[in-house]
Amino acid sequence: MSKKNSEYLINRKDNQYEVVIGLEVHAQVLSESKLFSTSATKFGAEPNTQVSLVDAAFPGMLPVINEFCVKQAIKTGIGLNAKINKRSVFDRKNYFYADLPQGYQISQFKDPIVGEGKVILDMPDGQKEIGIERLHLEQDAGKSIHDLDPQNTFVDLNRSGVALMEIVSKPDLRSPDEVSAYIKKLRSIMRYLGTCDGNMQEGSLRADVNVSVRAKGSKEFGTRCEIKNVNSIKFMQMAIEYEANRQVDLIEEGKSIDQETRLFDTKKSETRSMRSKEDAHDYRYFPDPDLLPLEVSEKFIEELKNDIPELPDDKKKRFIEEFRLSPYEANILVSDIDTAKYFEEVVAKMGKNKDIKLAVNWITGELFAVLNSKGLEISQSPVSAKNFAILINLIKNGTISGKIAKTVFELMIDGDKDPQKIVEEKGLKQQSDPKALEALIDKIINDNREKAIEYKQGKEKLFGFFVGQAMKASGGKANPQLINEILKKKL
Amino acid sequence: MSDITKQSLTELVENIKNKKLSSTDVTKAFIERSEKSKELNAYITEDFTSALDKAKKFDQKPNLDLKLPGIPMAVKDLFCTNNVKTTAGSKILDNFVPTYESTVTENIWKEGAILLGKLNCDEFAMGSSNETSFFGNVQNPVDRDLVPGGSSGGSASAVAGQLTPITIGTDTGGSIRQPASFTGTVGLKPTYGSCSRYGIVAFASSLDQAGPMAQNVKDCALLQEVISTYDPKDSTSIDFKRNQYSKELTNNIKGKKIGIPKEYRVDGMPKEIEDLWQKGIQYVKDCGAQTIDISLPHTSYALPTYYIVAPAEASSNLARYDGVKYGFRAKGENLIDMYEKTRSEGFGAEVQRRIMIGTYVLSSGYYDAYYLKAQKVRKLIKNDFDEAYKKVDAILTPSTPSSAFKIGEKTNDPVSMYLNDIFTVPVNLAGLPGISIPAGHDSKGYPLGLQIIGKAFDEQNILNIAFAMEEKINFKNKITDWWIK
Repeated sequence: MSKKNSEYLINRKDNQYEVVIGLEVHAQVLSESKLFSTSATKFGAEPNTQVSLVDAAFPGMLPVINEFCVKQAIKTGIGLNAKINKRSVFDRKNYFYADLPQGYQISQFKDPIVGEGKVILDMPDGQKEIGIERLHLEQDAGKSIHDLDPQNTFVDLNRSGVALMEIVSKPDLRSPDEVSAYIKKLRSIMRYLGTCDGNMQEGSLRADVNVSVRAKGSKEFGTRCEIKNVNSIKFMQMAIEYEANRQVDLIEEGKSIDQETRLFDTKKSETRSMRSKEDAHDYRYFPDPDLLPLEVSEKFIEELKNDIPELPDDKKKRFIEEFRLSPYEANILVSDIDTAKYFEEVVAKMGKNKDIKLAVNWITGELFAVLNSKGLEISQSPVSAKNFAILINLIKNGTISGKIAKTVFELMIDGDKDPQKIVEEKGLKQQSDPKALEALIDKIINDNREKAIEYKQGKEKLFGFFVGQAMKASGGKANPQLINEILKKKL
Repeated sequence: MSDITKQSLTELVENIKNKKLSSTDVTKAFIERSEKSKELNAYITEDFTSALDKAKKFDQKPNLDLKLPGIPMAVKDLFCTNNVKTTAGSKILDNFVPTYESTVTENIWKEGAILLGKLNCDEFAMGSSNETSFFGNVQNPVDRDLVPGGSSGGSASAVAGQLTPITIGTDTGGSIRQPASFTGTVGLKPTYGSCSRYGIVAFASSLDQAGPMAQNVKDCALLQEVISTYDPKDSTSIDFKRNQYSKELTNNIKGKKIGIPKEYRVDGMPKEIEDLWQKGIQYVKDCGAQTIDISLPHTSYALPTYYIVAPAEASSNLARYDGVKYGFRAKGENLIDMYEKTRSEGFGAEVQRRIMIGTYVLSSGYYDAYYLKAQKVRKLIKNDFDEAYKKVDAILTPSTPSSAFKIGEKTNDPVSMYLNDIFTVPVNLAGLPGISIPAGHDSKGYPLGLQIIGKAFDEQNILNIAFAMEEKINFKNKITDWWIK
């Protein structure tokens, strides 16, 4: 498959530039309690109500690792096809800030819990593999709130100590679209695993974006800039686009790019300098003496491996083989775990004589449209998988036409009604009795003799007119196939 | 009984159990003596009223099965005590009242002991003479204007001066053993991981250990039995089989092999110390043990290693004292200004010096040359001991290279002050247990101590050796109560 047409390049008069992107994704570990304390991690709680003495760094307080968070990180590592390190070390990253009570963040620097791995992206022009450099566990900081008071800054420590996984990609991404696909894929994998809810609005998933540019065809990397803490895919894409163009402009003007940390201003849609390399913090990393190196056994890892559900890539493969879906259809169904679950439940409820293609078309068509318009997730679908399956079967076995099915579906939305009952109550059952239809068609031909003659003389277009008249006369319930057959015979 | 405060812990426990004394009698006696001993400046915070209340309550319904029934006890002000101010000897925690209790003190109260108050110490336990405390110098009961050693100077002074029957200190580089040696008392630094660090204001996490300070070895063993527990709240706490140290205490050390490390014969060591050491060797032989010359080749690197590792950890451990959450806060124009003023005014000179050293050795570009190398040397020092313990059961050394010095004598010479720790520091770096026992006096009549270093988790063995030696040495502290008018 040619990559040419979808290649993302920045064009200037005589030159073309390629963009090189690497991401450091911060994913909040799905866990009831924090990484080193037993405080709760619920989103949206009253400020400073989920803070223990450890989180607030009181004198003499000590961190104790939360085993569940370790399991979550290892599971994520397995999901990323990555090497799990049996020995990892927690380090202290030292810096002063009001919302960092310890004066250091406990992180993993030299020896992360997860090493190299990879994820596969499905791009329009084929698959692309993105390398994972590492995944490590670390604590989140608290939150400084500057805009509540003109004189003071308030600090909320609810988030202080919450477990994060930092997932560092290799600089393998080449376009904003790939970044979008990468984030979606990571989120999908972690949601399948139940290790991160992937909720970007609540800050459960955010990323530092490293961007550099180079002349097309060059093998050398350009000087990179890091755009800190971007919390939506759209902003990431906008930031990359802006930043890449800024860097290209500098090169075109013969200027050099400074390695620096930048911020994305969402209001102005531009990146701006936060601190230069010279001002970079010296974090004075060193192994946290309050924590022993984290050692996990082969058995521990094996048990977690057995606990891994079918992941999107495998599920996709199976859907294609088992249900004869196209890769495109399979992708849509597996990308979100809840969609996949819904689809599989529909398939199961349809029983033996099932039309999977039809079910897929209805899920991606009618159901998605309704969810979209109502702003609902598929897990909140107003139509249960069971009733949805019944509806598809009603179409499949000819009880109702596709057109009537749409009417039935509209009625199902309100209170998840049984489509069978709707069909019976409203008398929407398809007319498939040939004798009744013949009588109906005889009458139509009689009423439109002129047109029937014109048709016989060769005006074949008029066939559609007769079909329409027949459907109209039956209130849309006539079996269209039978109508066609009878009309052909009678005319 | 008029001489309650002269009794050892073991005697007091026995007298309370036999109902010859009540907790109130004992508590009152130590409070009265403490009140008369203000000149020693051993206390930072007195909790006498509450102590008496607790004693009375204990007497109403005495539980005599406990190990420390109604025994009053003052503790080093590095242990967080629920509802009682805990300062770590620093201005920056001058107003800090914890809402929680350290595991070690919790263990003590659970066995029936009663808090008398919080004892003076060097600021954040950084010092060897108690002169870095924000709350002033502590007097050594042995002589006026003599330092009690440090950092557990208040604890040593209080035990030697009989202001408390027993106490606990913390030892990062010698902070229990050196003041014990300077005051003629017994001090044990347990194996790293033996006593929980939970609730102890941290100095250097990989070295800090709490331990007992007592008038004799038996008392020391009893308190060690109480404070040493496995604690899941401290990830470096170790779950090992702990002895009933006081019950299993024996003076039978026949056949034990005691190592005498040649590297501890340092340049410029006073002859008095060398003589004391030789006397010690004779004592253990008299007890039926055998001495063997051994080598701990990396000993001379221990002190520089310690003065990299400890400040490095301290620089990070003390980052939390920033004026934001608790403790002292200076006014500032903005956050950075507030930090700078708070920490400049809140920390004393020695603490600031160590924060600077620690920050420096962890800085990028220096980390490998200092911190990383120090960690490697630390491993070599540990290996030295491992090698030695293939041949011997314990090691005998002097506790300190000199006796106690005068207040102010070394304050302007930090390096000479650091040299005080030369015999104690290797033990912390290797995570081993060490005990200092009083073994004699120098020409001025000041106490001198000997140190017995054990294998990891072998506290019972060094307590036994100390117990046997104690009998032979028959040390008598020359304390005249000069401070009591």
